[in-house]
Amino acid sequence: MPEQLIWGMEVFLNGLMAGVLYALVALGFVLIFKASGIFNYAQGVMALFAALTLVGIMEGQVPFSHLINAVLGTDIHHFGWHAPALLAILLTMVVMVALAWVVNKLIFRHLVNQEPIILFMATIGLAYFLEGFGDIMWGADIKKLDVGLPQGINSVIDELTYNIFDYGFFIDNLDLVATFVAALLVIALVIFAQYTKQGRAMRAVADDHQAALSVGISLNFIWVMVWSLAGFVALVAGIMWGTKSGVQFSLSLIALKALPVLMLGGFTSIPGAIVGGLVIGVGEKLFEFIIGAPYLGGATEIWFAYVLALLFLVFRPQGLFGEKIIERV
Amino acid sequence: MLDTSEGYVTEDGRKIGGVVMEMKNITLRFGGVVAIKDISFDVREGEIRAIIGPNGAGKSSMLNVISGFYNPQEGEVWYKGQRRPHMKPYQVARQGIARTFQNIALFEGMTVLDNVMTGRIRQMQAGLLSQAIWKGKAEREEVENREAVEKIIDFLEIQSIRKTPVGRLPYGLKKRVELARALAAEPSILLLDEPMAGMNVEEKEDMSRFVLDVNDEFGTTIVLIEHDMGVVMDLSDRVVVMDYGKKIGDGTPDEVRKNQDVIDAYLGVAHD
Repeated sequence: MPEQLIWGMEVFLNGLMAGVLYALVALGFVLIFKASGIFNYAQGVMALFAALTLVGIMEGQVPFSHLINAVLGTDIHHFGWHAPALLAILLTMVVMVALAWVVNKLIFRHLVNQEPIILFMATIGLAYFLEGFGDIMWGADIKKLDVGLPQGINSVIDELTYNIFDYGFFIDNLDLVATFVAALLVIALVIFAQYTKQGRAMRAVADDHQAALSVGISLNFIWVMVWSLAGFVALVAGIMWGTKSGVQFSLSLIALKALPVLMLGGFTSIPGAIVGGLVIGVGEKLFEFIIGAPYLGGATEIWFAYVLALLFLVFRPQGLFGEKIIERV
Repeated sequence: MLDTSEGYVTEDGRKIGGVVMEMKNITLRFGGVVAIKDISFDVREGEIRAIIGPNGAGKSSMLNVISGFYNPQEGEVWYKGQRRPHMKPYQVARQGIARTFQNIALFEGMTVLDNVMTGRIRQMQAGLLSQAIWKGKAEREEVENREAVEKIIDFLEIQSIRKTPVGRLPYGLKKRVELARALAAEPSILLLDEPMAGMNVEEKEDMSRFVLDVNDEFGTTIVLIEHDMGVVMDLSDRVVVMDYGKKIGDGTPDEVRKNQDVIDAYLGVAHD
């Protein structure tokens, strides 16, 4: 087998893995958009905030320590304990649910029936607030996140491929875990949305507020639930990205990478978010490998996703799986 | 005047029970506009109660008061012998008051079956966590409710479109699906806001038949708003007539038909 093809296969696999991580972020967007029609710009920052909180709890960091020290003249930084990863994840989830409740109570309850653009602006505000709040609460330094996920080259795949192709593929264990977790998450979410009472209520609220009220669905409950779910997805994405590249404030920018994924997958489709993520992940890696690096001087990964999204906007604006846009006249 | 204090028996032999809901001196304002002015009437168990009146009389507002979408500034709503406190629409729905809308409010992206299933929310008790933990219990509940829903779907003769997304259905069928969803809640009172508006003669006949059948088969109390006088007179046991937010008549169809105020409201009065 020619070397180029083998390398291409490795690039393809790594693209799939990268795509899974994009999909994880896109998933959070889809959830909130489906249930409330809000495009949540803050999803990326929520992932960052979740990761910051997780690290903070694990390391026993005192929240707002800089502020407290500055005001009271004390010098405290740590509680002096290290929480086990699982407990810390649970506590972080509690924080994310509380955040969902507060966000709903303070912001979105007051914006019911407003134009989508106003809701969108509110989420931009939320994004900046949350970024600053995370900064004050946990500090701005880059943190290492280790919840015990395996990292580094997967030796089984390395050996297996070496025996077949005489060339061992480099596949990161963390990416494999991320793929597995994402698959689980999607299956769980689809089952939840399709086959449970709350899932049905969630879809109902997304469709028609008035009708939802008339059958006895509490809008507030559903919104808090959906924001909590999005918080949970953000936490998962935060853990994966944080483990991969450290918990740092540029994490919030992965939200931007989710945009082209959503253009491809459609804003309202959970499977679409996954397929969109995979297509973008594979597409940008393969493009870089085949065309970008040899002919265009490289670094095409930065813009490839957006150009692809642009093409989709022109030819199929509802995305691969989005609800078809039908206008009755 | 028909004495209704202890319930009564209709001409076709249906037994009408005691008062299930009573509106006492309801007044509803929007800013300076008075939509409903000091209106009182009662609804008895098992009867078909119509609210009629010219456009803008405040009929839909009254239905919205009953279903909790509007809160009246004055007056009391009594339900099952108790004064109802200020409630949100979803809380009213959970008490067993189901409704349809004049302009149809269905979940367009969901299938007919899913739409009707949302009507069962009142009956489904399993919470979020218990659904995740006791899968069996939630599953059993889902199956039971699914059976109830299938019965209603059969009853309203919409089996053939069960899996069709509601958005694709013609108007008449949408109205029927909306009725199915309201029925799925097994309501003690069913509120129908112009169930026949915009329908052709055949669809109207179908819908009238369903309304009567629902009342007959399940003994559901029905409060309906309708423009079509013929339909109202045929269907209802008692009629409230509204005009400019005021009640101008209340009684059996025959009584109402002979009421001079009602005739004036509908045909106009000569001012000389």
